[in-house]
Amino acid sequence: MITGEDVDHISWLASIKVSEEERSAFVASFNSVLDYFHQLDELETEDVEPTYRVVDLTNVFREDVVKESISQEESLRNAPRTENGYFKSPRIV
Amino acid sequence: MLRELKEGLAAGASAEEVVSAIFEKIKRSRLNAYNCLSEESALERAKNFDKKPWGGLLAGVPIAIKSSISTKGIETNCSSRILSGYIPPYDAHVIERLKEEGAIIIGKTNMDEFAMGTSTETSCLGPTRNPWDTDRVPGGSSGGSAAAVAAGEAPAALGSDTGGSIRCPASFCGIVGIKPTYGLVSRYGLVSYANSLEQIGPLALTVEDAALVLDVIAGHDPRDSTSAEQDRVFLPHTERYLPSLTNGVKGLTLGVPEEYFGEGVDPEVEKAVWDAISKLEDLGAAWKMVSLPHTKYALAAYYIIAMSEASSNLARFDGLRYGLRLGADQDWHTTFSEIRAAGFGPEVKRRILLGTYALSAGYYGRYYLKALKVRTLIKEDFERALSAGGADLLVTPTMPFPAFKIGERIEDPLSLYMADVFTVPINLAGVPAISVPCGFAGGLPIGLQIIGRHFDEASILRAAKAYEDATPYHEAVPKEVV
Amino acid sequence: MAEKDVIIGLEVHVQLNRLRSKLFCGCSTDYHASDPNTHTCPVCLGLPGTLPVVNRRAVEYAIRVALALNCDIQGETLFYRKNYYYPDLPKAFQITQYDFPLGLGGSILIKGEDGEEKKIRITRVHMEEDPGRLVHAGTIDRAKYSMVDYNRCGMSLLEVVTEPDLRSPKEARSFLDKLRNILEYLDVFDGDLEGAMRIDSNISLTGGERAEVKNISSHKGVEKALAYEITRQRSARRRGVAQVQETRHYDELRGITVSIRTKEEAHDYRYFPEPDLVPMRIADWVPKVEAELPELPDAKRERFVAQYAIADDHARSLTSEIRVANFYEVVAKRAPPRLAAVWIADVLKGELNYRDVTIDRFSSHQMVEILDMIEKGKITEKAAVEVIRTILDHSGDPSVVDPVAVVEAKGLARAEDDAVKAAVRAAVEESAQAVADYRAGNEKAINFIVGVVMKKTRGRADPGEANRLVKEALDGI
Repeated sequence: MITGEDVDHISWLASIKVSEEERSAFVASFNSVLDYFHQLDELETEDVEPTYRVVDLTNVFREDVVKESISQEESLRNAPRTENGYFKSPRIV
Repeated sequence: MLRELKEGLAAGASAEEVVSAIFEKIKRSRLNAYNCLSEESALERAKNFDKKPWGGLLAGVPIAIKSSISTKGIETNCSSRILSGYIPPYDAHVIERLKEEGAIIIGKTNMDEFAMGTSTETSCLGPTRNPWDTDRVPGGSSGGSAAAVAAGEAPAALGSDTGGSIRCPASFCGIVGIKPTYGLVSRYGLVSYANSLEQIGPLALTVEDAALVLDVIAGHDPRDSTSAEQDRVFLPHTERYLPSLTNGVKGLTLGVPEEYFGEGVDPEVEKAVWDAISKLEDLGAAWKMVSLPHTKYALAAYYIIAMSEASSNLARFDGLRYGLRLGADQDWHTTFSEIRAAGFGPEVKRRILLGTYALSAGYYGRYYLKALKVRTLIKEDFERALSAGGADLLVTPTMPFPAFKIGERIEDPLSLYMADVFTVPINLAGVPAISVPCGFAGGLPIGLQIIGRHFDEASILRAAKAYEDATPYHEAVPKEVV
Repeated sequence: MAEKDVIIGLEVHVQLNRLRSKLFCGCSTDYHASDPNTHTCPVCLGLPGTLPVVNRRAVEYAIRVALALNCDIQGETLFYRKNYYYPDLPKAFQITQYDFPLGLGGSILIKGEDGEEKKIRITRVHMEEDPGRLVHAGTIDRAKYSMVDYNRCGMSLLEVVTEPDLRSPKEARSFLDKLRNILEYLDVFDGDLEGAMRIDSNISLTGGERAEVKNISSHKGVEKALAYEITRQRSARRRGVAQVQETRHYDELRGITVSIRTKEEAHDYRYFPEPDLVPMRIADWVPKVEAELPELPDAKRERFVAQYAIADDHARSLTSEIRVANFYEVVAKRAPPRLAAVWIADVLKGELNYRDVTIDRFSSHQMVEILDMIEKGKITEKAAVEVIRTILDHSGDPSVVDPVAVVEAKGLARAEDDAVKAAVRAAVEESAQAVADYRAGNEKAINFIVGVVMKKTRGRADPGEANRLVKEALDGI
């Protein structure tokens, strides 16, 4: 069972502020979805290897060759706040 | 249809007129299929084409692009408030390919926010409507692309398919959509929802059109580490997909998975699919029942994997480098949390939060790892059914029911997730599948799903083409268009 | 001083800055003198839709390092996502390694506090991408906002994690010096570049919780910060204040550490394999890299002792920096190796350190010429030191390059034999009392006469030679 505290913790981890109203709605819908997920518990998977990816590729590399970067102007073009060629970030502490 | 358009353009028809007519249609439309038009650049390119026509597989052909595919200089917002105004400085691999082959990008199509949905209702720009019945959803998440193609607002379109997002709207809108083999089409430039599941693919009016667009976008890309090597992309017997279309279905064995029929499936849908199987039999294919025993677990496994990957993929949207930034900055964590709270819609939040939970300490084994193990079982189901001596192709309904009403399922996430029951197993296994129109239920289109072996798009296309040639469903025109 | 209750472990982030391009994109690594956000592209800015592709040479360099640090190389290794938020991390996850890191269970030898060789165990070596750089408007704890430069973002990093085997700040520094030395031998790293090595140190006193002092970029800084922490933790303990597990920041200006995250913060990085990358099977690759591995410091030291018959201390000093070792070997081919070892290890390195410059300021040719003059008796040792100092102090001045010219210009040549002999004769004649004392059996009286000789030759006579000639003159009479 997921509780309101769980939702708070997850919302902190996911960096999404959750309002009081959303919080109770999420508790209900998360529990019903997780309940549904729990049907996987019916399957015995002890000896089954997980499939992380469906392509059986290994060792895909690029060579150590320099490609042109984009300009500072282009790098910053979509940024809502900038200063002197930097992205402006909210304070750290 | 694209062939006629291309031949017309080659014979001197004006690309500018073609493009202008499309824009006029879009502007008159009530469907809300687009979330951003590139009218100026499209008309400019069309004029240039008229002045000095170029060659290419899609020379002068207008194409619509799902908003999750990066287009240089054209807003790519994934129908999310958090990405509103974001203009990429680069083209996705598939966009480069379309441009190289002469296509004209006309705009970006509406979608479920970040491709999370089955109905195009979670878009921050409002739902797209189904051209067959505007009270109904077009399917999703590539609903804008499908509605645009079905309604003649684009000759063809690109979508992306993570758990059915091309095939579902193709089915609901009565057109053709292909989810290619994982690794066939480069994902470079596709805004990730669930990296290990998704592919870009075409939506088009006919199998031939879809094959043509697939010809253009398929192929190795060194910028995508999961892109298949070139010699895997096209099987030895076919260099390109278009030529394989004429091979007919004689000699092919179709597998009919028992788990894809029965409870939960609309009887009219079931009947239409059985009729299609009979038709294919008439055309020379053999068929037999097969079993994909882990089908009932596919939805849970799919949603756990997709949500987990999404929680990580969508973490980067924090308003620092692009997208939404609100009010005065506070400390960074508060600022990011409030931007993300305001920028994401409820379904996206739900998936991010559940995915975060599924990956978090103490739950990884129970959810994410478990789902990946179940994925193995599902993949093995397909390998068994499609093994040598088994079936060459599998045929199923694409969706268990036709398009539902706007608002009908959106309040209950689980009932919405259930709609993906026949599409998600294909993404889990990484195999290719197509949806082609196979009839109507109450005036709403029904889709037939044909599934093949890894990288055997050629066989899927050839069966789909043979079926299409023998049936009239693709010729029907939705009433919104008439 | 090693203290039994001090427990130190290090996590060292090493930039593989000898690579040309970043770890996952083609942006140049040569950003140090550039404006912010000019060495960036859609991939390293983490723009939506971009994908990483691994730099092959970065993996090769990582294998080199892991081998040099005596690690077991994992035959199959892969990248994970480490999910956390921070403004310097544009994707909000760092692509790094977790399970199946490239190297496990290595070690390196340092000279411990007691002067004996000490083995420091290495837990793991793994690859990861560097985040961007934050510039704070003021100090980190008081800034109203920060600014982000992603030029550094996506640089190839190696994280080298030690076991808690270090017992003093000085040992920590020795470890870092040795690590840097090995990395430079491998030609994967240039320690002179800003931000090339950043160190997180875990330090605790036996029985106490540990403090993590994060992100110090100089070896000296690590030594100072750890010394400060030991004092701080000891005095806290004396006052009965328990150390809590915390992250601290080293304020280089004030020479102190400050707690930056005192609030309870659950780290939950939600690692999972990076779905946009495929596994790396490197088992077949390792032997090839191993075969091409250059000679490493310890091996070179042993070879120098054996090949050039020099003292172990000299060999250690000469091999403690690849550029010095190479310099020595060039010189030793053209000058007596033992003489060269003494002059390079004891004199030249001291003069370089005193001036805080590298050996690039001095050429092997200059050293050979100086040694040649010493050997042939053309200059005294004192004069040779003077030549070295003069050249170093006039670095960049083209008129002060050739040692022979310096000797001439400064009149440092050893006095001619005749002039010395004349000075000896004159000195004996002038020093009647000393001659008498000597003859009466006071051997020390000879020093007075030698002193007169040195005065007369203005120091250009070799004192030993003068001593011999005076003795000869006195005994012959």
